[in-house]
Parts: sequence; C-alpha cells; structure tokens
Amino acid sequence: MNMKDLYQELIIDHGTHPRNCCVLANANGTAEGFNPLCGDKIQVYLKIENQKIENASFTGSGCAISIASASLMTEALIGKSVQEALALSHAFHAVLVNDNNNDHLNGKLTALIGVKAFPARVKCATLSWHTLRAALEHNSKTVSTEN
Amino acid sequence: MNIDTIRSHFPILKKLIHKHPLVYLDNAATTQKPQCVLDALEDYYCEINANIHRGVYYLSEKSTQAFEKARCIVQRFINAQHPQECIFVKSTTEAINLVARSFGDQFIKENDEILISAMEHHSNIVPWQMICQNKGAHLKIIPMNTKGELSIDTLSQYFSKKTKLLAITHVSNVLGTLNPLRDIIKEAHAHNIPVLVDGAQSAPHLKVDVQDLDCDFFTFSGHKIYGPTGIGILYGKAHWLKAMPPYQGGGEMILQVTFEKTTYKEIPFKFEAGTPAIAEAIALSSALEYLNALGWDYITTHERDLLDYAIDALSLVPGLKIIGTPQERIGVISFTMDGIHPHDIGTIVDQFGVAIRTGHHCAMPIMDFFSIPATARVSFGIYNTHEEIDCLIKALQEAKLLFKL
Repeated sequence: MNMKDLYQELIIDHGTHPRNCCVLANANGTAEGFNPLCGDKIQVYLKIENQKIENASFTGSGCAISIASASLMTEALIGKSVQEALALSHAFHAVLVNDNNNDHLNGKLTALIGVKAFPARVKCATLSWHTLRAALEHNSKTVSTEN
Repeated sequence: MNIDTIRSHFPILKKLIHKHPLVYLDNAATTQKPQCVLDALEDYYCEINANIHRGVYYLSEKSTQAFEKARCIVQRFINAQHPQECIFVKSTTEAINLVARSFGDQFIKENDEILISAMEHHSNIVPWQMICQNKGAHLKIIPMNTKGELSIDTLSQYFSKKTKLLAITHVSNVLGTLNPLRDIIKEAHAHNIPVLVDGAQSAPHLKVDVQDLDCDFFTFSGHKIYGPTGIGILYGKAHWLKAMPPYQGGGEMILQVTFEKTTYKEIPFKFEAGTPAIAEAIALSSALEYLNALGWDYITTHERDLLDYAIDALSLVPGLKIIGTPQERIGVISFTMDGIHPHDIGTIVDQFGVAIRTGHHCAMPIMDFFSIPATARVSFGIYNTHEEIDCLIKALQEAKLLFKL
C-alpha cells in the first residue's frame, strides 16, 4: 500500500477545500463528534423534510482524512432518505472497520477505502459518520469514536 | 565514543521501515534499547530467575542481590542519599499516583491546595485532580507565557499557607522547556512546601542530582531512558517516605500479618507490594550504567547539537511554526505546518521511515493554551544524527508536495 493510495487527489482536494463546510442555519438534526485520541472535532448539520435529507453540512477541525470524509459524506447524503443515509453509514463502517467487501461502497466514497491499510487513521475517516448517526437519532450529546 | 559505534549497540536501528532506514525521532515517547539491556533481560531469565527476598536457596539469593544492586545503581545515578529512598514502581505515572494517594491521604485536607504548572503531562494533572476531589482540596496552576516558560518572578504569589505540595515537570514533553527547578524548589521550601518533580523527560537527557535539586520526590520511567517498559523509579526523601502510609497492600511489604492487624516493613519495601518487575529493574540498571559509560558530557553536547541543528533546519521550512520557544530547552521540538494537519504529517513522514509523534501528547491544556488541536513532535536520543534530521526535513517537503503547498 502506497501513501498515494491514502492521499488520493480527491482526498487532498476535499481535505483542503471541503464542500458543505458551514453551519446550516435551519438544521433540524445536528450532533458533535469528538475523537479524544487526536482531538479532532466535527459538527454535522442536517435539514430533514419528510424523512428526506434536503441539505447537509459540517464544521470542525481535523486532519485531511477526517475533513475529506466529512465533506464527501455531506455530498453523498443530500437527497437521500433517512433510511438510505443510515444504510450508507453502516456500509461505510462495515467496509472500513469490519473489512467487509469494498463493493458496499461506490462513487466518490471509494476514495476513502485506502484508509483501511492505515489502521491508526481509520477513526479519522469514521468520525463524521459516527456523528451523522447521532444527528439522525437527534442525539444532542457529543459522540466519541471511543464508545 | 563514535556515533556509529553507539548506533551499533541498538539492534532496532538497523531496521528498514517502508524500505527506508528507520529514523527514530520519538524518544520522548519511548527510547530504543541497547543490546546490554536486552542481554540483561535474557541473562536474568536464563541464569538467576527466582522470586526475591523470600527463598533461602541459591537462585533466590542471586536474584535478590541483583535486584538490590540495581537499586544502588539507581541511587548513585540520581545521587540519592540512601538506596532505600529509591522505590521501584512501574512507571512515572504510577510513581505520581503513589505520592498522590499516599501523601494525599496523610497530609491533604479539605480546602488545602496542590500546585502544578500549566505545562504538565496528564499524568501530573489527573492524579492530583483525583485526590483534590476525594479530599475537597483545590488544584492551582502556575501559568506560563507564550514562549512556553513559567512565570518564575511571580511564583511566590501562587504559594499560600494552604499549599501542601508543588508537583512540577523538570522538562516539558511538548515544549522542551527546562524549568529552573533549583530556584523554584528553593522558593517552595522557603514557604515550607515540598516539591515533587516529574523527571520523565529530564532523567534521560541531563545529570540528575536529587540532593543538589533538593526536591522531595523525583520520578522517572525506565523505558524513556533506554531501559525496559514496566519499570520506573520514585525517589523520595526518607523522612517523607517514612511518614507516608503504604500505597498498596500485599506480600513483600509486610512485617507481620494477623487477621486483626498488620505491621509494615521499612522503606523501600513498604511501597513495593507484590513481586516487582525484577528483570526490568535489573535491565534498567544496565541502561543507567550504559549512560554512565557514555558520560554526561557526550550526551548533553550531542543532544544540544542535534537540537540546534534541528531548530535551524525546521525554521527554514516555509509555513512551519515551532510551538514553544523557551530560552532553556532540551531535545523536544513541537511544530505545526500551514495547510497540513499533524496527523497527516505523521503518516506521510512514516512512509519515509521517519517516526515522529503527532497529537496532543497527553497534554491537552498546552494545546488549549496555544489554541491548536495538535502538534507534530520530534524528540532526540543519544543515537540520532544530523543525517536523520535531514531525512525528516526531506520527508516534510514531500508532505508539502503531496498537499500542493
């Protein structure tokens, strides 16, 4: 596994110029995620109408992997139903953490599969997805990658 | 001694990491081990393994002798007055917890104060917070300036009649600051306040003399000073250790046990409940003798040279900012780089065989003080070279290229 498999063009692009990186004023689902191992913090904002994610954004600080993952996640979420979003978050977790078949992911999110070869960095990639699940469950407490 | 000879004593330094020679620059986290330390561990188990202070047979006597000889080597290494002032614990963290629990139990009451500094490692913060919570006491903090130096001139204003202990680091594991402990301890003693020194980052790099410092407690870890993990030292002045209750109960630390009452042994055994890390204690003493043989002149000159060379080289990297610029410092440099998070720096330089630490370094309050989430940190040891620092700089430049900076 080469470093360039981890830091692909798309990751560098989204990691340094993240999309949907702002507070969503009319959000009705938000949550904060924290990775105590490295201090990364992510807030996720969702605007949900009739069980559909109309808009999604995030703010926070972190490494290129965690920021790119959050950026790509918000892009993937917009337009999806809550059910589809949850399914995607489970698929993402299954591929990166449980080493399930990579086919469970498609599109731009496949750029994050390279993280699997760097176990110390997997939590960077999953932080925003943990936070997403908390936001969908209207969990107002800060979620941590450690529990 | 020639640097190549020194490097040849450390088997791991021959390793290739991602097809590059290992450049190990995380010595503040743990150091690599010389062959003599590895041999000491093997010799112990092959030649004299037996439990100590119990058996009347040959092996038990041999292992007891070796263990107590190790204690004497520790005593001379830090220039303690008596060997029984040196207690074997598992780490600096355990040493501080021992004092927090035992000293805290005996001497800290409601509304008392414990003083620490703004640049402490979590292990010199949390044990004091715990005892403060138990006793209803208060934790007070000596602040630092933006260079990463403590405000020594105004020190006395932090001492009060309620202050029961000052717990302070000798060298910051993030900023590299070498605190002027002799002055600080003198000032504390003028107010009748005993001082515990966290020496985890100083003992490997400078000649420690606990009598000259006049500290009441001094702690350090074996694995950060070229010895094994699982062993550390608590030094305490005998009169304090005698006045403190045992930290743990069990075998080894008792004189007589009945179901009604137990009497304890004298120091140091009172604080060494259970079978200690015998092999590790002996191997630690081998590491200390190895450093003695190298000599402090060599160690301090070599590491000073590495520090100066690295600061100059890092300062030339555009966008790189060194965190903490204290006047007096020892071989630790923390830095950030514009446009690249420390974790990305750490992963990328690792691909070139360069091992550095990234994150908050178990010192979150320092990160908060400088308003940064994390830093990258390089830290030096006796075996590092200019060429290795050049490798680091090259790897940092690769990271910038990758991030199009």
